Amino acid sequence: MNTVSNTRLQVMWNRLLSVVEEQGQALIRAAFSPIVRECGDISAGIFDVKGRMIAQAVTGTPGHINTMAEAVMTLRKHFPIGSMRPGDIYLTNDPWIASGHLNDFLLLMPVFYQDSVIGFTSCTSHLVDLGGQGMGPEGSDVFDEGLRIPLCKLLDKGEINQLLLEIVKANSREPIANEGDIYALIACCESGAKRLVEMMDEFGIVDLDTLSNYIIDTSRRGTYDAISDVPKGVWTSTLRVDGYEKEIELKAKLTVDENSMVLDFAGTSDCSQKGINVPLNYATAYSVFALRCIIGPDIPNNAGSLEPFIVKAPKGCILNAQPPSPVAMRHTLGQMTPDLVYGCLHQALPGKVPAEGASCMYDLPMRSAPEVAQRGGTVFALEPAHNGGTGARPTKDGLSATAFPSGVWGSQVEITEASVPVIIRSRELRRDSGGAGTFRGGLGQRIELQSSNDQPFGVFLSVERIKHPAMGRDGGLPGAPGRVRLDGGTDLPGKGEVRVAPNQTLIFETPGGGGYGPPDKRGPDAIASDIAEDFVSFEVARDVYGWEEDK
Amino acid sequence: MQSLPGFRIAVDVGGTFTDTVLVDAKNQILASCKTPTTPENPTMGAMEGVRRVLSESGVAIPDIRNFVHGTTLATNALIERRGARTAVTTTDGFRDILEIAYERRYSQYDINLSKPDLIVPRRRCFTISERMLADGTVHVPLDTTDIAKLLAQIDECGAEAIAICFLHSYTNGTHERQLCQILQAERPNLALSLSCEISPEAREFERLCTAVANAYVQPIMAHYLIDLQSTLQTEGLICPIMMMTSGGGMTTLETAAQHPIRLVESGPAGGALLAARIAESLEQRSVLSFDMGGTTAKLCLIDDYKPQTSRKFEISRAERFIKGSGMPVRIPVIEMIEIGAGGGSIASVDRLGRIGVGPESAGSEPGPAAFAKGGTHPTVTDADVVTGFIEPGLFAEGRLQIDLDAARSALAQVGTSIGLDETAAAIGVSEIVDENMASAGRTHAVEAGKDITGRTMIAFGGNGPLHATRVARRARVSRIIVPLNPGVGSAVGFLFAPVAFEIVRSRYTRLDQLDVDEINSFFDQLTNEARSVVKLAASHGELSTTRIAFMRYHGQGHEIEIELPDRNLIKRDISELVSAFEVEYSRQFSRAVPGMSIEVLNWAVTVSTPPIPTDQASDVSSVQPIQVTATKSVICDVSGGAIEAAVFMRDTLNVGDQIAGPALIIEPQTTTLVSADFDAQVLADFSILLTKKSGAET
Repeated sequence: MNTVSNTRLQVMWNRLLSVVEEQGQALIRAAFSPIVRECGDISAGIFDVKGRMIAQAVTGTPGHINTMAEAVMTLRKHFPIGSMRPGDIYLTNDPWIASGHLNDFLLLMPVFYQDSVIGFTSCTSHLVDLGGQGMGPEGSDVFDEGLRIPLCKLLDKGEINQLLLEIVKANSREPIANEGDIYALIACCESGAKRLVEMMDEFGIVDLDTLSNYIIDTSRRGTYDAISDVPKGVWTSTLRVDGYEKEIELKAKLTVDENSMVLDFAGTSDCSQKGINVPLNYATAYSVFALRCIIGPDIPNNAGSLEPFIVKAPKGCILNAQPPSPVAMRHTLGQMTPDLVYGCLHQALPGKVPAEGASCMYDLPMRSAPEVAQRGGTVFALEPAHNGGTGARPTKDGLSATAFPSGVWGSQVEITEASVPVIIRSRELRRDSGGAGTFRGGLGQRIELQSSNDQPFGVFLSVERIKHPAMGRDGGLPGAPGRVRLDGGTDLPGKGEVRVAPNQTLIFETPGGGGYGPPDKRGPDAIASDIAEDFVSFEVARDVYGWEEDK
Repeated sequence: MQSLPGFRIAVDVGGTFTDTVLVDAKNQILASCKTPTTPENPTMGAMEGVRRVLSESGVAIPDIRNFVHGTTLATNALIERRGARTAVTTTDGFRDILEIAYERRYSQYDINLSKPDLIVPRRRCFTISERMLADGTVHVPLDTTDIAKLLAQIDECGAEAIAICFLHSYTNGTHERQLCQILQAERPNLALSLSCEISPEAREFERLCTAVANAYVQPIMAHYLIDLQSTLQTEGLICPIMMMTSGGGMTTLETAAQHPIRLVESGPAGGALLAARIAESLEQRSVLSFDMGGTTAKLCLIDDYKPQTSRKFEISRAERFIKGSGMPVRIPVIEMIEIGAGGGSIASVDRLGRIGVGPESAGSEPGPAAFAKGGTHPTVTDADVVTGFIEPGLFAEGRLQIDLDAARSALAQVGTSIGLDETAAAIGVSEIVDENMASAGRTHAVEAGKDITGRTMIAFGGNGPLHATRVARRARVSRIIVPLNPGVGSAVGFLFAPVAFEIVRSRYTRLDQLDVDEINSFFDQLTNEARSVVKLAASHGELSTTRIAFMRYHGQGHEIEIELPDRNLIKRDISELVSAFEVEYSRQFSRAVPGMSIEVLNWAVTVSTPPIPTDQASDVSSVQPIQVTATKSVICDVSGGAIEAAVFMRDTLNVGDQIAGPALIIEPQTTTLVSADFDAQVLADFSILLTKKSGAET
């Protein structure tokens, strides 16, 4: 017969999960970067003395899921444990160690109990600006993209490395915000460490070994169980995407065996010359997120639950970009990887995964034209985020204008207009943009905007699915592709700078999600409702769904 | 006791029961009762309660000087979707404010989630040509030639209520008012809710949701309130009926009938007001109120005798305890965290062998297995029976028979799959649910930039006093107060509410560029609006005004409330405000960010009558350890082993009595568990103070 101590371990596990959530919340509240506020682009985690992750906050974006676990291992191996002192904190923003681009700063703090290191706290946040060409795909290598900080010590026994801080500030367009964010990250590590020590006091433990073994073993076992429900075998898929200067083919091979799921991206196109390349850590985060949505989503992220998922790719392919490739906009393709992964998983588990969706978020970075500043006009920069439709689910329609796989919040028109001199003339769903199917894909949206102060402005696009729409599954039809153009002009490519003159209107249409199952199997009530809500036109209902008014 | 005239009555119409309390001018309770709520005609249930307390106390209805009413009817109409058929009118080009919302999923890993139902389907969302800009200038005038088409659409869909929300109407509501006048003239029976009046804040999605929710319940609430008023007047009530709002203030019945959305959650607000009152009488400035009932637990932070407030609330969540899964409304509310943890919460084991508790609840029907009313699921109450904290013979004055064996076999279900016996399973269930509550409280505090460690807990509700020490230990709280009658909640709290009205309005400015003249006249306007509402209910006597600016560093999303002086601002105040912001920011985030510019998005004014004075509880003159006459074997929640706990009936305790844990203090509605690491003392007002034993780990 077991004793209560197992329950106490579980209580401590719950406590750790609550501590990382609290840290995550505090970090989001203190952050200066809109991407953190709107997307929760942060992470917080607790690690055992070996560097194994035992708890991680569930935050807005999946981009930190494996990246943080891997990064801490790297830092843990780099700095000898004997050299660590209470109050030390380590730092890096190396895209290939931290989280795929320079803006993500990762901190690691050793936690001491009775004079020994017993574990670590770590956190990551997206900083506003690291110099270089800033957020955008235009850099030709990582050096163009801003300041890279190698593995280093940020705090030495509680004393901040002032020179390092000054260098970060000197290399940024937003030095004060960066400083604020770095101090928020420090506070996050410190408060996590304090809470961890308090928990050890309360439960009377002097190290985390038993607890961390319990968490990791339980989670690994649960994940093995979940994987054992998946048929064994090998499945492949290909996803063709727009790319920047050339189209790109993403390829995946999923191998499922008793205790693991292995993804291999061999055959995927080479890197782009522009900053849409993806370091493998980031591609892994989104791919594993996609798998974990289906395989054991109730099991918290930690070294045990992540271990059975292995992602590989040949060096130099666009999902395993090597230094010094430019990577600033790694999320553009990173967010496409769930569709690639589901292409495989659908074959293994029919009826479980959604159709393809818009997937890549449609952010709209706007800046005043350069000559406006020279003339003394209003200078501005803002990056409102928007989304297309998600793919239809096996038993439900897709969600219209909703982020997936990212957790980005869409911007409010009133806030955008109050912040920058633009007028949004309309923002409505695009009728007929959801892929037809037994279950319909989510609709995209159409946004029209123009200058409000007779000054030109620029938009810096890095969006997908302009040429290649979201495909349906099992007979479902594709969603409408995205479309960007100037009123009366020709269609624009999905990447690059667009200049909007004072008298012009930019029309920005986000893609619809793919449908699921053949359209002629869609129930008449669902079609009638789609017509009544004006999600689907009568013509499409008739021609695609075979709808007859009196049926 | 000789009671003084000036009787006051409070009626709280809840989902199941209506609570009524009658007090005299000295706030002594003369009579109270619980009667069934009558959802078909709620006036009946309310009148039943009123008649009962009056007849019990022999007070005549014309002698009532103050009548306070709170109700969950608005909330229930929203949850049960019993409101009016509602349509929406927005600016041309923006039909999909509700459909598009914030473009997000509320649960990261759930690919099959459904979005919250926002009441109005797209087919009833209409637009009209008009446009304001962010600074309030008219960009496109309201196109009155479009009205005929709009009327046809409204007629065709059979709408009974319309929510109007034009872009930037929080800065200039002229077009909304124009359309309102036209619609009133053309269709006098339509109930109209204007977003510029209901919630004049930037962010079109939340403002529209608030207007929709208000429009939806307005006809039903107006009908009920007028019915109640005329019935009471017919019975001889002379004084006006005051309505309790979610923000913890009272307003007139007429204002409530126009803004019924402000009535949601008024019941729990009453509970928090009562806790604040107790905190003040015992001079506890830093308090955590803990109200644990049969299905949920509610926690509220109370600082300086004021419950924490917020301006955002979610109604009808798709998943009750998941933030973001509901319809957001922006109204002043007393901020509480609600957790699916009550006596009836069901325990289960997941596939990792972890015990989980709630949010599913066995409720009161069939209830916990121990109630022997057909429930078989293991619940928190069953765990408390098995560990011995609930005395089977004395539960609910012995009116409810407790079946120990049923509780044991229910717990065995939990234990079997993970190798625990019933007792160990019971300890496990308790530890998990207590940890859940403590964690939720901690996270809630962190989100507000506060801490729960070191607070005094005020525990009430049927299960609050029973779980208080166990939650407190995990939350590092070492003082707990269990008030007298911990089961009587909200209605008593209503009687301590001031007449108050709060208006929040958006007006963006950088603090260093603040135009004080402009902001002074802006505040005058807000203050006059709020005063005119309060004056309806408090025609004479002094009124206090609180002015607040919601500030943040430029680029941040989280705003901090800074109280402004109650007078016109002058240029010199700006530097004071900067330092006030920096002090508060450092308190919340450990460090200010010097050199970063500060901006203000929203401004608020609350006009209120002065608080009703509280009598300070007198000190206890002498203390005496109490003789133990009965004991009971329980499983210690500290050590996990069997120990003997002293047993006392609460009504036999005297002021100054001291009890060393472990002990159980039993009363009809609940049991107070004095854990082995706590001591208890009876205070002068007969509340029980539980204090962590010195030397015991905090």
